[in-house]
Amino acid sequence: MSSDAPAATDPLEGIAPEPGVAKPDPILTIDGVKRSFGGITAVNVDHLEIQRGIITGLIGPNGAGKTTLFNLMTGFDTPDTGTWRFNGAPLSGVPAHLVARRGMVRTFQLTKALSRMTVMENMQLGATGQLGERFLPSLIPGLWRRQEREITARADELLARFKLDHMRDEYAGTLSGGQRKLLEMARALMVEPELVMLDEPMAGVNPALTQSLLGHIKGLRDDESRTVVFVEHDMDVVFDISDWVVCMAEGAIIAEGPPSSIGQNAAVIEAYLGATHGQAPARRRKQAGGTDQ
Amino acid sequence: MGTVIFFDALRTAIGPTAAAYALLAVGLNMHFGYTGLLNFGQVGFMLVGAYGVAITVATFGGPLWLGVLVGIAGAVVLALILGIPTLRLRADYLAITTIAAAEILRFITRTSGSEPVTGGVFGLRQFAGGFYALNPIPPGSYLGPLSISHGRLWTMIVGWGLVAVFTLLLWALMRSPWGRIIRSIREDEDAARSLGKNVFYYKMQSLVLGGVIGAVGGAVFAVSLQTVQPDTFLPQVTFFAFAILILGGTATWIGPIIGALIFWFVIAGMQSALRRLSDAGQLPEFFGSQAVGATTLTFVGLLLMLLMIFRPQGMFGNKREMQLDVK
Ligand SMILES: Nc1ncnc2c1ncn2[C@@H]1O[C@H](COP(=O)(O)OP(=O)(O)O)[C@@H](O)[C@H]1O
Ligand SMILES: [Mg+2]
Repeated sequence: MSSDAPAATDPLEGIAPEPGVAKPDPILTIDGVKRSFGGITAVNVDHLEIQRGIITGLIGPNGAGKTTLFNLMTGFDTPDTGTWRFNGAPLSGVPAHLVARRGMVRTFQLTKALSRMTVMENMQLGATGQLGERFLPSLIPGLWRRQEREITARADELLARFKLDHMRDEYAGTLSGGQRKLLEMARALMVEPELVMLDEPMAGVNPALTQSLLGHIKGLRDDESRTVVFVEHDMDVVFDISDWVVCMAEGAIIAEGPPSSIGQNAAVIEAYLGATHGQAPARRRKQAGGTDQ
Repeated sequence: MGTVIFFDALRTAIGPTAAAYALLAVGLNMHFGYTGLLNFGQVGFMLVGAYGVAITVATFGGPLWLGVLVGIAGAVVLALILGIPTLRLRADYLAITTIAAAEILRFITRTSGSEPVTGGVFGLRQFAGGFYALNPIPPGSYLGPLSISHGRLWTMIVGWGLVAVFTLLLWALMRSPWGRIIRSIREDEDAARSLGKNVFYYKMQSLVLGGVIGAVGGAVFAVSLQTVQPDTFLPQVTFFAFAILILGGTATWIGPIIGALIFWFVIAGMQSALRRLSDAGQLPEFFGSQAVGATTLTFVGLLLMLLMIFRPQGMFGNKREMQLDVK
């Protein structure tokens, strides 16, 4: 799969595989972010940089704090301390909807397909800057009909790409779990994000769909030059599509580096094997059979 | 006797009170049906609309139109006061706050301290003259066997006209991208947020709009009765409005109208039947004249239960939507 690597010159070539290492062109920089729930420290990240234009895999046993870190970065939760910058601008305290409008859009581990809206309506909702979303202009269709047509055309393209076009006018509630994951990803793209944060996009997706989902994620990087951070448990998948892998355990970043270096990393093996509620990475292979060709 | 009861029921079902309740239900449809906001204090907005008119005209001698505007402005302020602290929190906070606020408003209007302004427990009257002075309908009795006076017909036309106007407004809003955001909030507000929508701002708009429609309902109610009294604005009024909405079908444009017609038809029909049977001595004392109100409500409650069992989407609700697994 190394033939799929983005460019001849790897931007992270020669970067030391050490937790918190500086990168040439970070889109997201996190400093001293801590979040605890009662006695549990869910997230405790000293320093982390996410390189622009690549796919970063975020791994770690269950409860490592991956989802909480996503929530904090995207304004869905507030840290006890810490700051982070997106494209150089501080994001601490910015509400979730403004984070999305600045270009960082996340999906959810438990999908949030809007069940009683059609697949197309889910997609249309994702477009930003719609005139018809304002109260008074919304009453005059002439003002927003053209924009609505453009949005619909863009949504149709994405739906075709994600093979959801045949479900276009169905309620999203009728989709299968895997289709909902696809819809949520396609919908996030309607926002035109620079950075896409995918929380376990492959969980619950049947193996037949996983391959195309992986293809879509690579496409985000290769065809649209977006930055992707994704959480995944299946090591084959992580090694297949990530340019860089970050591993969390008990809230902290314990290792990061190119995929080739992570599998042998002592701290990572220790985190997976030592964690009582985690699963060893290798054991996931059987469940996700068919992902490697 | 059957036809007499039928005409009694029909007269109430199309009357101004039913129109006022339809407006309350249209407002609740905005809140609950489309946005998923739990407003259990719609009667508070109704009270503000009714007293806005009554106080402006009866207490301060202002014109009727100003009274209506005061009522609407009051509803906007009430919605802001209720919404700002609660709309960022879980849905149940709004529910508790609204029900309490409506009761507080009722207590304020009825305390002796506010008597110079609100008339206290006795309320206010003689503020609707301006409305009836505008009546273009020649004096007489209308609609044949219903024998409706020209004054009542005038309030009916204005009341149901307002129902039509606000129904049309919500219909236009809900088919627009604005309405799409509102519905997405009902489904999952975090999803809307993750797509860059300012959920708080849209919830606030919904709360204000539905509250204003409720206040207009209150104004229609006050003008048609030509009197306001604090103790007509009991919490149960909100629950009647919810019953109307659910009966007709939530999140449909026609639900509040059909619901109000059926609700008042059944209530008035039952009351008329019980009263006439009891007057004719054909009813056990248990249901007798003292218990007509309670018996009617019991029956309506039973009817709603049966409806929820056999037709949970309401008369005009969307069955397929109901059956979708929401999470
Ligand atoms: N809302 C919450 N309340 C209390 N504890 C929480 C909450 N969210 C997460 N946690 C705890 O924080 C830790 C990290 O959870 P999470 O971020 O979901 O891990 P991951 O996504 O890596 O599996 C876990 O111990 C979890 O139980
Ligand atoms: Mg998680």
